[in-house]
Order: sequence, then structure tokens, then C-alpha cells
Amino acid sequence: MATAYEKLQIARGKGRPTSAMYIENVFEDFIELHGDRCFADDAAIMGGIARLDGMPVTVIGIEKGSDTKDKVRRNFGSPNPEGYRKALRLMKQAEKFSRPVVCFIDTAGAFCGLGAEERGQGQAIAENLMEMMTLQVPVVSILVGEGGSGGALALAVADRVWILENAVYSVISPEGCASILWKDAKKVKEAAECLKITAEDMKRLGIVEKVFEEDKDFTQVYENMKAELTQTIGELRAIGMEERLRQRYERYRKF
Amino acid sequence: MKKTERNGTGRKRRLYSTALYGKYRVVVTMNLMGLFKSPQNELESGGRKISEVENTGIHTTCPKCNAVILENDLWDNLKVCPSCSHHFRLSPRQRIGFLVDADSFQEMDNDLTSRDILDFPGYDAKLRNARLASREKEGVICGNCCIKGETCALFVMDPSFMMGSMGTVVGEKITRLFEYATEHGFPVVGYTVSGGARMQEGILSLMQMAKTSAAVKQHSDQGNLYITVLTDPTTGGVTASFAMEGDIILSEPGATIGFAGARVIEQTIRKKLPEGFQKAEFLLEHGFIDKIVSRKRHRRVIGKLLSIHKREVS
Repeated sequence: MATAYEKLQIARGKGRPTSAMYIENVFEDFIELHGDRCFADDAAIMGGIARLDGMPVTVIGIEKGSDTKDKVRRNFGSPNPEGYRKALRLMKQAEKFSRPVVCFIDTAGAFCGLGAEERGQGQAIAENLMEMMTLQVPVVSILVGEGGSGGALALAVADRVWILENAVYSVISPEGCASILWKDAKKVKEAAECLKITAEDMKRLGIVEKVFEEDKDFTQVYENMKAELTQTIGELRAIGMEERLRQRYERYRKF
Repeated sequence: MKKTERNGTGRKRRLYSTALYGKYRVVVTMNLMGLFKSPQNELESGGRKISEVENTGIHTTCPKCNAVILENDLWDNLKVCPSCSHHFRLSPRQRIGFLVDADSFQEMDNDLTSRDILDFPGYDAKLRNARLASREKEGVICGNCCIKGETCALFVMDPSFMMGSMGTVVGEKITRLFEYATEHGFPVVGYTVSGGARMQEGILSLMQMAKTSAAVKQHSDQGNLYITVLTDPTTGGVTASFAMEGDIILSEPGATIGFAGARVIEQTIRKKLPEGFQKAEFLLEHGFIDKIVSRKRHRRVIGKLLSIHKREVS
């Protein structure tokens, strides 16, 4: 059984599939849509329209990038406010056309930069939390790698939140926690343990509904995910909008 | 009862009496060292204080302009420095005392207390210390009140309780307040001061951002008014949730408001940050707050906003 720190390393590991891989392998006919219509296109978040087993859906993912050049372009998967605003724009579009929304999360956190603050990182995240809470279409969010704090939560207000076996979800990076609490960045392992960040912890605490088992070869994961998404979105649609939103409210109210 | 405590310079002080000024308890202290030997110059007395608040109970040194202010004058001025308008931090009860109509505040949910859910090392001790330091059970005070005759629900966060960090109880109290306000059609006025989510409660504290946002949205969708007043400092998960979700966002002058901490940003971008970065004035300039209101005008401005938004019964 891997420790929390080991899982953190796996979640951040080289070669681990990023959001783009899930979008490519779980859906068909993906068409990427760009820009927040206010400031810029943030490559740290990719989004667009696709089909899930034939059904039109809106897909959004925080993308860390593949090679070094791509990683730099995507700011290593740390979105700026315009990324969250693009995501919200696509979700509102999904609402208009009654498309369910699927989000993939893999980020160390929202970007900490001068421009991000100038353009209202906090406000952008806050708005997503509020708007996603009453988005009229079904929303499923899946933590596939790192789930870093508010920057991850900004795409994880959903009817169902799922996580991969070796993904993590945390209020603060274990490094940040160690340096703030113990003034010692080397105590990362202890911090990772104390913060309770593993998929198992998430299931136990009721933060997620489902944990996907991983395999060396992710083909099986993609297949399972596709089947689960198709079934769950069908169920969520059948519930009806008002009841779905009531359940979504209760889902977060219990914490 | 005689007690000793350490002041900022590390010297021991004896608290020898407490006095009541109005309804506020003020601790009067005396520096015993000073009886026998008075400092010859600034260096001998430990150097000029620049940022540290030297509070003797009789007078206070302003951390911004170094002016020495008599404690009574400071109180008369709502804890705002008379010479440079520096806004001192306030406890929630002090703030409520300054803000609401006399005897109108009725507290709610004061019985909720945090516990160490995740078994986080040192959290129990931190909670105990926070309770002692703040004399409160948790980092936010909620209730209903009247401001200039207008009824509203009010929450005020507490800077001396783990720097107003948001754990499950803070989130729960604020959520309950919004649900109460939604039920009765009351506007909500909220004073924020917070270092962000409380990491000792791990992912559960992150969930408070979603929980409170859900309650704010429900309140908002019913056409109710929510005014936030951001005070120094409002950062992290609180900025990224209910602090920035107000219909009208006010701020005290000079308050630090942001998502990421300035030190973290400096380390990330490896550059010095410009003067005034993340101050209320910076946010106003960038379009993220509606108005900077000095503390003396809070009652008047909030009262007026509440009155303008009064919902006619039809």
C-alpha cells in the first residue's frame, strides 16, 4: 500500500496521462473552443464540445502539457483567472444547449502571479463555485492527477465527483503546509500524511463518490470511465433539473 | 489576580489591574523595569519600533506612522489612527459594537465548536490557544441586528482566532446564517478577515468554500442583498468564495486582499512586487471592489445601502 507521499509522487509523475489524454480516449469528435471573451485564452485549461457514446457533452480539463514546450505554454497546468472564466463560459454554453458537463482536474493549484491577482484570481474561482452550484445541466468532475486547493475546486462543484486511485486532492500542497506549519519544507511526507489527501481518504470522507482503479495501461481506465460516465449522466438526467440541483446543494451542505 | 506576560520586546510585564472603559475591558499594564531605569535613547530601549504595535494599555503606537495615541482617543476614533487613518484590526464584538444599533444584535449558533476531525498534529492545542486569545469559541460571530434601523443578518470574522481561518465550523455558521437570511428574506452584511482555509481540517475546509458559495447563491437567487466588507487581511479560500460573492463589495482602506500570499507570488515569479500590491486601493483600481469606505462611515453607508434595497411587500 503506497503512502500518501508516494501517491503524491505518482499523481505528479512523468508519463501519467493528463486531461488531454482522457478527452481524446473517452470521447469522440472533440472540438476545442478557445478564450474567455474578456482577456485571453488560457492554455492551462482546455475545453470544447465532444460526444460521449454519441451524446453531445461539454468537456473541460486542466491540462499540464505533454513535453517541456507544451508544459511551458500551458503554465504547467496552473490556470489564470481567464482559464476559469473560459471554463465558466463553456459551462454556460452547455447549459444553453442542454449538454452535460464533464470536467477533468489535474493542477497543483491556481497560478500565483502578479497578473493573476490583478485580474482577480479569487473572484474568478468564487464565481465558478457559485455558478456551478446551480448550473442546470448534469456536471461530473474527475480528479485524474493533482487536485490542488481552490484552483481544483473551481471545476469540482458537481453532481458527482470521482477520483483515480493514485490521484490526490488537498486544501494546500503538502510542501506549503510543511513550510507554513513547521517552517520546514522537508517535512512534506508528514504533511502529506496529516492532510489526508489520497483517493481512499476522499472516499472515506465522502468527498468523492467513486474511485477508479488504475492499471499500467490506462486503456481499461478510459473504457471504465466511458461506461460510468454514460450511465451516470443518464441517471442524472432522469432525476430532473430541480431535484438534481437540490441534491447538488445537499452534496456540499453536508460537509 | 496577578499575571505576567511577555511583550513584544521579550520583557516580562506585570498586569496589575483591569479597568472598564465604557463596555470594553482594557488591560492596563505597567512596565516594572521602567520604575528603576528609564532608557537613555532609542537604541538602549531596543531601537525604534517600526512595525510592531507597542500597546501599554494607556497608549498605543501606530504601526504605520509611529504616532503615540492615547488608548481612549483611539477608541473614540473607532480604532483608527487619528494622524494617518491606519485602521487597526478589531475583534468581532468591538466591530459589532461600533456598527449596529444599540442592543439590536442577537447572536446565533454560538454553541458550535471545532474538533480535530482529521487527527492533525497540534490542532487541539492551536484551538485551545485560539479560544484563549480571542475569548471566542470560533473564528466568526453570526447573528441578526439592525443597522440604522434596517434589519439584516450579520457575520463578522475574528482575526485573533487562527487569523480567521475557515474550518468546518466557520463554514457552517456562515452557511446557516445565509439559510436563515434566505428563509426570512433578510439582507446579509458580512465582514471578512481571514488567512484562508484552515489546513488543519484538510480537504473538509476546502469544501467550506463550496458549501458557503452554495448558500450565498441560494440567497442571491431569491433576490436578497449581500454586502461584503473586506478588512485586513482577506486572502486565500475566503477571497475565492464568499468574500468576492457580494452584490456590493466594500473594503476598509489599506486592507490586504488577495488570493495568493504576496510571499508565495514573489517566490513563484522571482520578482519584487510593486508598492501597494493587493491593497484595497489596488483592487479598486482593477475593478474588483465597489468602494473603499473608512470605518467611521460604515454605519452610514451600510445603513443607506440596506435602506435602498429594502424590499417592498407586495
